[in-house]
Amino acid sequence: MIAPVQLANLQLVELVWLVPLLPLLGFVILMFFGRRLGEPVAGWLATAAMGGSFLASVLVFVGMLGLEGGESGERIVEVKLFDWVVAGDFSVDIGLLADPLSVTMILFITGVATLIHLYSIGYMHGDANFSKFFVYLNLFAFSMLMLVLGDNLLLTFLGWEGVGACSYFLISFWFTDEANASAGKKAFVTNRVGDFGFMLATFLAFFAYGSIEYGEMFSGSAIPAGTATAIALLVFVGAAGKSAQFPLYLWLPDAMAGPTPVSALIHAATMVTSGIYLLARINPILAASHDWAPSLIAWVGLFTALFAASIAVAQDDIKKVLAYSTVSQLGFMVVAVGTGVYVAALFHMITHAFFKALMFLGSGSVIHGMNDDQNMKRYGGLAKLMPITAGTFLIGWLAIAGIPPFSGFWSKDEILVGVYDNSDIFANKVLFVLLLIAALLTAFYMTRLVILTFFGPPRWRDEVTGEALIESDDELPVRHPHESPWMMTLPLVVLAGLALVAGFINLPFASDLHFLGNWLEPSFYFNGHSNEYHAAAGGGTKLTLAVIATICAIGGIGAAWKLYFDKRGGTGPDAPAIMAQGWGYDNAVSNFMGGPGSKGFDALAEFDGKVLDGAVNGVGKLIQLDGSFLRRIQNGLVRSYAVLIALGAIGLMVYFLVVST
Amino acid sequence: MELTSTWYLVLAAILFALGATGLLVRRNPLIMFMCVELMLNAVNLTFVTFGNDLNDLGGEISVFFVLVVAAAEVVIGLAIIVAIMRRRNEATADDLSALRG
Repeated sequence: MIAPVQLANLQLVELVWLVPLLPLLGFVILMFFGRRLGEPVAGWLATAAMGGSFLASVLVFVGMLGLEGGESGERIVEVKLFDWVVAGDFSVDIGLLADPLSVTMILFITGVATLIHLYSIGYMHGDANFSKFFVYLNLFAFSMLMLVLGDNLLLTFLGWEGVGACSYFLISFWFTDEANASAGKKAFVTNRVGDFGFMLATFLAFFAYGSIEYGEMFSGSAIPAGTATAIALLVFVGAAGKSAQFPLYLWLPDAMAGPTPVSALIHAATMVTSGIYLLARINPILAASHDWAPSLIAWVGLFTALFAASIAVAQDDIKKVLAYSTVSQLGFMVVAVGTGVYVAALFHMITHAFFKALMFLGSGSVIHGMNDDQNMKRYGGLAKLMPITAGTFLIGWLAIAGIPPFSGFWSKDEILVGVYDNSDIFANKVLFVLLLIAALLTAFYMTRLVILTFFGPPRWRDEVTGEALIESDDELPVRHPHESPWMMTLPLVVLAGLALVAGFINLPFASDLHFLGNWLEPSFYFNGHSNEYHAAAGGGTKLTLAVIATICAIGGIGAAWKLYFDKRGGTGPDAPAIMAQGWGYDNAVSNFMGGPGSKGFDALAEFDGKVLDGAVNGVGKLIQLDGSFLRRIQNGLVRSYAVLIALGAIGLMVYFLVVST
Repeated sequence: MELTSTWYLVLAAILFALGATGLLVRRNPLIMFMCVELMLNAVNLTFVTFGNDLNDLGGEISVFFVLVVAAAEVVIGLAIIVAIMRRRNEATADDLSALRG
């Protein structure tokens, strides 16, 4: 007998279908009537759909809080909507899985998405395709929520492809510019490479488990370590595509060609986290695989974090810095997943979603004020002119740099502690030191960005007064920076508040204060033990590590301040050109694909056209040839048919009388 | 001389062969129909013979079915022939080969 209160809570959780439904409705309405509604009604409608979805997520969250947590498994609720694909033993439902992991995801996805929808109303003001933008945004939100809520690999894959397609639409939103269109293509093609890994992982999971439903997969008997390793690594290939890990990170910096709200929503806060989400979702498979697989994942994450951070140091385009920073921070999360500290990965994902979305929106506000110029070397002194943008941006900066008590400090520290503590990971102490260096670089390049943008004298000429504050040989650009409208500043303020306090959802001081960790526990608890790695380090060690991390952050900030703060309007030393070009990796890939790679693909296409198509067409030709002989029998003469029947009858008679007796 | 069932069976075989030969060599659709009837009735005769020999009523019953089917078949066949004759004055079975492959 279930207590009535509990039943009410369960019913609240089962409302989870409302969460993806509202953006879907918004998408359908806007697709048919968007143009007629026009600006700004279309934008408000989309925002309302997202806001409603956020409220529904909160209801689900409240309902789930009322259910028993911990190891009871009560907080894992499956809501089957209907059959989707049924073929023999293989059956897939449209079903939603509400557990602490997915509820955490939908809360911050819908929350951040609502704010960014609101911001877009201001940002896309006057765009010819205003309503189309919101069509895509709502479709994206729907796909993302299906990805997170799907209770099987196929439904997750549906969302996975949906967000990929929307990402393509939105990156090349201003497709009349050649560069934007090709950036969209690049993102799509690179992601296809990862999707291929995901698909193979799904097939393999079906063969290994006989089901692709998470609940059935993970409750059954264990699978061999070899198979688990293969599935985990194939999923990681998919995750590397979506979450921009080396070697598939290439598309993310180029994706900055899209409108800035898109960069904030898709390429910082939500879509790029789906790879991390998926790895966390399949945590029993990672746990069952060979020991070297998680180590490999952690090291790839670390390499990405360091590599991208070193490139970010050398970028002049404000959005490119943020893009490489995102790649680097995603590397941190992958390290956490590889180390087995899933809670830390999720924690950093949440805080990162807040502060990185904040900084992207802030950069959009700056770009808006500077006549769409994105080069930081032509900024400077904007703090006085755009106080809200600058103030909120500084909070984001301190958060990502890892200064206590801002949110980024807590989540990054959690990852560092996990890496330091988990000696199952190959050379974990080395990994720890390198990760610290990546954190230091993060503080360094973000400080450079902040100084060049907001401080020092302006490196531009005021449109009204016409005066220049610095002496320069070059012609200074004429600008008239101004603060953005409230639709754009309100999300900044809200996100800044969240970036400030989000760290308190998971404090390390006592296990009771580990709110996020305790909340997420059921999602990592299978067959009697938890797949989450619980760091055994004592309070003293943790404190020492936190102090070291803070010193690194301050060191990075100080170094950047010394190098780049210049009262006379200089822009500091330039990093080597090879770093600005991303160590030449992008060019190397382009050259390979354009040269020998392209020839190889041509050869494959030829093989496909001649040999494979030839075989298929050959079978058809053969049957056609047979037919042209056989059709002569069918000559339309009744009497010749009669002869055939007679001969057949005689043949049968002979058979029965002679042969069979 | 007693009439054993062999006589009937031989008669049926002769009738069937006559019908079959007629069907194959004649081109007039009406004649061909008659030949089909001849073959059907030859078979009916064997049914009755065996029914009588084996003391099984099934043989006689089968005849009724064959008769009914034959009647229906003739009705449809004649209707088709009439329809064709309306379009063209003279038509042999060999002229009607529109369904060749």
